[in-house]
Amino acid sequence: MSPEALMSWIIFTPTLFAFGLIFFDKKAEEPMRYWSLCGTAVTFLQTLLLACSFSPEDAGIQHMVKVPWIENWHINYQVGFDGISLPLVLLTSFVSLLSMMASWSIKKQVKGYLVLFLLLETGMLGVFLSLDFFLFYVFWEVMLLPMYFLIGIWGGPRREYAAIKFFLYTLAGSVLMLIAILMFYFGSAPEGQIGSFDLMQLTAMAEKGDVFSPGLQVAAFILLFIGFAIKVPCFPFHTWLPDAHVEAPTPISMILAGVLLKMGGYGIIRIAFPLCPYGAQYAAYVLVAIGVTSIIYGGFAALAQTDFKRLVAYSSVSHMGYVLLGIAVWKISESNGAAVGRDYWLMGMNGAVFQMLAHGISSPAMFFMVGVIYDRVHHRDINQFGGLSGLMPLYSGLAAGIFFAGLGLPGMCGFIGEVFVVLSAWNFSKTLAIVSASGVIITAGYILWCLQRVYLGPEYKGPHLDEIKANPLTTRETFIGATFLAFCIFFGVFPNYVFDMTGKSMEKLVQGLDTGYQNTQRLTGGVQTTQTTQKQN
Amino acid sequence: MNDIGSLVVRLLDETTKTSVGLFAPELVLSGTIVLMLAFRVLPGLNRIPTQWVALLGAFGSFALALCQFDRLVTGEIPPTSFFTGMLMFDQLGTFFRMFLSLFLILTITLTVLTGIPDRDDAADFYTLLIGSTIGMMIMASANHLLMMFMGVEMTSVPSYAMVGFLKGRKKSSEAALKYVVYGAGAAGVMLYGISLLAGLTGTGSMPDMAQRLGMIVSQNAGIGDATVRTILLAGLMVLVGLAFKLSIFPFHFWCPDAFEGAAAEVAGFLSVASKAGAFALLVRFGLSFTSTSAAVSEVGFSFGIGLGVLAAATATFGNLSAYGQTNIKRMLAYSTIAHAGYMLMAVSALLVLAHGKQVGLDTQGEARRCIEGLIYYLFVYLFMNLGAFAIVSLIRNQIFSEEIEDYNGLATQCPVLCFGMLLCVFSLVGLPPMGGFWAKLVIFSAVFKATAVHWVMWGVLGAGAINTVFSLFYYIRILKAMYIKSRPAGARSVRYDLFPGGVFVLLICLPILGLGILPQGFTDKFHNIADALLTQIGR
Repeated sequence: MSPEALMSWIIFTPTLFAFGLIFFDKKAEEPMRYWSLCGTAVTFLQTLLLACSFSPEDAGIQHMVKVPWIENWHINYQVGFDGISLPLVLLTSFVSLLSMMASWSIKKQVKGYLVLFLLLETGMLGVFLSLDFFLFYVFWEVMLLPMYFLIGIWGGPRREYAAIKFFLYTLAGSVLMLIAILMFYFGSAPEGQIGSFDLMQLTAMAEKGDVFSPGLQVAAFILLFIGFAIKVPCFPFHTWLPDAHVEAPTPISMILAGVLLKMGGYGIIRIAFPLCPYGAQYAAYVLVAIGVTSIIYGGFAALAQTDFKRLVAYSSVSHMGYVLLGIAVWKISESNGAAVGRDYWLMGMNGAVFQMLAHGISSPAMFFMVGVIYDRVHHRDINQFGGLSGLMPLYSGLAAGIFFAGLGLPGMCGFIGEVFVVLSAWNFSKTLAIVSASGVIITAGYILWCLQRVYLGPEYKGPHLDEIKANPLTTRETFIGATFLAFCIFFGVFPNYVFDMTGKSMEKLVQGLDTGYQNTQRLTGGVQTTQTTQKQN
Repeated sequence: MNDIGSLVVRLLDETTKTSVGLFAPELVLSGTIVLMLAFRVLPGLNRIPTQWVALLGAFGSFALALCQFDRLVTGEIPPTSFFTGMLMFDQLGTFFRMFLSLFLILTITLTVLTGIPDRDDAADFYTLLIGSTIGMMIMASANHLLMMFMGVEMTSVPSYAMVGFLKGRKKSSEAALKYVVYGAGAAGVMLYGISLLAGLTGTGSMPDMAQRLGMIVSQNAGIGDATVRTILLAGLMVLVGLAFKLSIFPFHFWCPDAFEGAAAEVAGFLSVASKAGAFALLVRFGLSFTSTSAAVSEVGFSFGIGLGVLAAATATFGNLSAYGQTNIKRMLAYSTIAHAGYMLMAVSALLVLAHGKQVGLDTQGEARRCIEGLIYYLFVYLFMNLGAFAIVSLIRNQIFSEEIEDYNGLATQCPVLCFGMLLCVFSLVGLPPMGGFWAKLVIFSAVFKATAVHWVMWGVLGAGAINTVFSLFYYIRILKAMYIKSRPAGARSVRYDLFPGGVFVLLICLPILGLGILPQGFTDKFHNIADALLTQIGR
């Protein structure tokens, strides 16, 4: 199959399998589970095939498909991938596969759950593969609908609150994004002609620098950034996350942490920065500050938690702060607007993508580990735990490994991304680099303290001890945990597999941003001068 | 004497040769009313079920309107005014006549399924329903201020009776009375406005109005000019009448009470159909201020800005009031108000773009987009709102309640109806891939374009965006009740689901999805309608 067709198959295979579920009897729960597992597995294999057709030497979009969808508006069904989106596509199908395996713990209304799960996967893959702004938006929203129900129906005690909070936050962000979409659509063509939703064309226009005015770029960047920052989530917009992650059922927490948060980061890299380089540079210092704040704030908040799952949720806020930090360390020289130390910035960008990937593996793994123990003891209070290592040695070993990966221990995946990002931050601002580096200490603090309180100490005497003894760890759970751990170590030791993939595309992106900013400034004179000329007019 | 004779001959000639033919859809409906009433009194014929006669009439009218529309599009019949300039025969009007008769078909089918008028009342009910549809059709093709008033009244009077149709219920009678008093007041104000305008210009014909206004207003008259002020006042008064029909803030007070009191089927009919007629009329009236005279254009422009502010207020008010509602019909009534606000944004953008003088802006193209968006919105709204009300009435027939909390856990008992509701609700919020999203996008992009003309439109756009988020909060309560809550023990259960109610609901709700995924064909059609309208006005 050609890679072009393969992409559409990847996006819609889960939907096809979801349709297939309609024909199953309501009571045939096991067959339905295996059928859906097949669906995610087939999707995963297809993404692997797609990865085989990827050539790392090519920096641009590969195998782009562009089919007219709504012609009189110039909206296309346009999909394609490059070194930035491919790792995230692989991550999505991988995490989906493992969370589907983890979905055996769902006992209520299995059919509905599986249908929604598969539709969600279609939405996620669509977001990462689409290159048309309109299509991107549609997939972005399509993903919301199943997520609302997945949290709302199968979640914990406060699920209704968490689900609506998640929905409202994201919808607010996407409405802002919609206004930005209109700005670019109408800004991309002279009056009386039809604009464009093509992200590649818009990026090229932004690079040329004379199409989007600085004012437009700043305004659009703010709108887009808020939309994506809610999803990441960055510090002031993060409050939906602890609720949603805690209340969601384990497999959905895995998806949320593993994939959905990455969409925010991906949106910033793919859309917010390339479409408004001027706006991005204009806001760079604020972005870095937000990133650093997220790191520190998330870390301290995690330290204060007694709910095991909430702790992991806040650790996500902290870890995703590195992503924003890495993307935003764009320093320019005051005289000519060229980037200072562009290679450091490139390193930060690469680190950000690596961090997304690393967090996409370690964080679902941590949520899964919490879920395993929650399924047995039916509570998540860290203070009531302790001494699990004696009762569940294998589980405790896997969990310790995974938590160390989250901590950023050298040799494991969390380390590489953090180091790259912090190093690149030094070039931008030494103070902020020091602050962000100290975040690592806080991370170590909450993770080690948590490990100590949960796994070490005198043997567990809390509620439901019998269930632990009856079933320390099933084969299925061992498989999921071990797979996650293996990948944590693999990427920690061989980070080049990722950097090889992202390298060229990132270089092109950074180069484009740099020229885009310089061109905009040179051709239009930046924000201040335009404002004064407008006044004169 | 000879003059009068030739005049009569000409009149007869015009009426019989062109007008009656063009008026055929309305005539078929009128004939249906006569037939239904006749069948009721004639012995032997009263066995024939009235609803089938009504349905047949509606189909006939739809078919005729469809033919006319086709022939208009191909250019076989040129757009023309008929009945001595009282009505206009053009794409816009004919499209809405088609739209209304389609809606009539769907509403009658729904009443057949839910059995809301019983055998004895059926003839009365369908007479009222069809009668008010004829009124709306006249509204949609009105070309003269007099016909405008006639259309509004012909729509309103049967609606009053329909709202009070559930005779035994106190609420119903109260609602009808409120509606009548309010409607009469609004109609009075509107009539006063019409007489002012007609008095000023010496004509009631809308296409002539702009030219006559241009003659009486001096070229550089500002807002302080007495004539301009009178025109503004008259226009405002006419708008009051239309705002009442559209339930625009602050003329919306009748709406929640009327909807709560009326049967859900009637509420669904009123919410969509009367909007369609009134919006077509509003567009015509607004564009009749299109003139070469700057002062007259200025008046149209002010109306545009004013309507924008009203639209923002209406959407915000409707959405905020919907929060507290526990009765689903009341909630949907407030949602109707909010949607009137979104649609009014399109009209506001249209007037701002059409009358504003902005260098470097393709106002013709952008004005087209406004009308396109408005029609698309109405078209999607037909399905999503009728769908919601249909589901409400089908569920009411089984659980005898319209409170949202009685919907708890229904998803397990009637999955098809609840799935239909899910589509309707997400479309009402405006989420892709539903049709409501596309409709909203077109309107928002029109408003976005209008921001280049006047900064107030930024506020309107912002209000539209924020309201989309607001609205999610209460709409989702319906879905939360259906899907997330569990059915309390001892609650009335819903026994049948798929047939026939479910099939009907799917028939209405699946187009919502289709309109969202493949909007291409329809946007083309609506684009042409808008194009034809604007060319005809001579812009």
